[in-house]
Amino acid sequence: MNRSETSHSFTMATWLGWQVESNWTDPFLFAIYVIVKPLATAAILVVMYSIITGGAYESPLFAYIYLGNAFYIYVGSIMTGVSWAVIEDREHYKTLKYMYIAPISIPFYWLGRGVSRFLIGTVAVIVTISAGASFLNLPLDLAEVNWGLFIVSLVIGVTMLGMIGLILASITLMMAQHNFFVGEAVAGALYLFSGAIFPLEVLPAWIRPVGYAMPITYWLELMRRSLIGEVAEAFPTLAQFSNLQLIGILIGLTIIFAFLSVVIFRWCDYRARELGLIDRVTNY
Amino acid sequence: MKANERLVYSASEKVTGWRLFIKTILARSYPRIIGQQREKSWIFFEIFMPMLAVSAYVYVYRAIGAPEEYVGFVVVGGAMTAFWMNVLWSMSSQLYWEKETGNLALYIMAPNSMMAVLLGMALGGLVATTLRAAAIIVLGTLMFQVQFTVTSFSQLFAVFFLAMTALYGMGMMSASLFLLLSREAWHISNLAQEPIYLVSGFYFPIKSFDFWVAAAASFIPLTLGLDAMRQLIFPSGASLGFLNVNVEIAVLIVLCVVFLIGAKFLLDYMERLAIREGRITENRR
Repeated sequence: MNRSETSHSFTMATWLGWQVESNWTDPFLFAIYVIVKPLATAAILVVMYSIITGGAYESPLFAYIYLGNAFYIYVGSIMTGVSWAVIEDREHYKTLKYMYIAPISIPFYWLGRGVSRFLIGTVAVIVTISAGASFLNLPLDLAEVNWGLFIVSLVIGVTMLGMIGLILASITLMMAQHNFFVGEAVAGALYLFSGAIFPLEVLPAWIRPVGYAMPITYWLELMRRSLIGEVAEAFPTLAQFSNLQLIGILIGLTIIFAFLSVVIFRWCDYRARELGLIDRVTNY
Repeated sequence: MKANERLVYSASEKVTGWRLFIKTILARSYPRIIGQQREKSWIFFEIFMPMLAVSAYVYVYRAIGAPEEYVGFVVVGGAMTAFWMNVLWSMSSQLYWEKETGNLALYIMAPNSMMAVLLGMALGGLVATTLRAAAIIVLGTLMFQVQFTVTSFSQLFAVFFLAMTALYGMGMMSASLFLLLSREAWHISNLAQEPIYLVSGFYFPIKSFDFWVAAAASFIPLTLGLDAMRQLIFPSGASLGFLNVNVEIAVLIVLCVVFLIGAKFLLDYMERLAIREGRITENRR
């Protein structure tokens, strides 16, 4: 495997992923499709919050919930986007075996397929946050944003999500009947345990360590801090950590997940070839 | 030899009319009930995933200091998501899946009624999903100590039965629309999840919306079904209800009639259209 092979696999997969995601309808309908779903999810939380608090959107808790939910769009998009490529190629298009015999790098191909979901997710995140700032008094001031922290956190976070996606894709390769649920189940579990839409203190004490072990918890905290600084730091969950410490933890966990993704991919890839799973179609 | 004779007789026995209709319904519902129970992991995931969403929303309510009955609202709403998911993925888009796997042409070629096929899918899906929804309610109740106070079991049963009839009637109606769809079917089903959770008030009382917004959302049977059920099983439900339960029951009866008759007419029309335009065996991946 050489450098051009990996970069070629990645870029071609990115283009292919974009075509698969977007060319089923015209651009206008596609734009609506991209925006409506995340806005509806955010609106559910907004309505729940406004019923109970009487619309106290200036509260730091609202910003915590709203931004956590907005950035969590990336988790679902990238993580399940990468793993979904296995299901689409093997079950739906029945092309996974051709990908395996083509001169490409399979992990980079899967990661590339996740990029289109990242781009779609980015639009959804921007629209959701803009709606919050425009209509719900979300205390977001672009001049006050810590752009350096934002970009660094975003890059590390996206890499981390890609690595988790690669782990899920490898596991999906080994599964038959229930592979459709894996990505969504993990995303759903992380939504609950990572404190995306409520501070971890709300969870029972015995569940909280799961949240502290997840890199997404630290990533969401960094994203909130980069956008609304002191407001995000008001919550006790990770208040004892500085931004630099959080970045250190996030990098450390990303490296661990990257190492795990390589090991798990190699093992699953070997077993899938050995068991003849690469072109197994279940028709579910 | 005798076995073979019986087999020949059985195969040549002509079943027509309402007996064929009933047999088709039972035959199509069979894989929905038995088939799904054979794949145990699906049962786990179909209960586990709604429970994750339920738990997340329960903790949001607790984080913002909501009264405890809202936790019950979320548990009941979360259980009802199982029915919406079933209607969306196993009713509406089912004919699209059948087209993808090549079964749709066989359904149409066979001497049975397509309406019976759809009713069979609805019946099987309803029974299988009721078990999952019950599991979600039991788990949610145990996990979050939800208190129920049922004011009228007869009304509660009527609301559930009518809401499900109207909902699956709606699913049968939309299934005929999906007959014409191809790749976009998956995306349309995917799009119809969260927006419906929002407008139908799966996680909050629908009364929170403006009257006309709630009235428009009542077109989806689960909106009024959920609202009426919450009024009947929670002490404060009536004060948070959108309309009087009797009115909601009356509207649900109307929806049942409209959707079931609509399904019959739309299915006939769409089937003819799909055959004329050659979309029955079309496979645009």
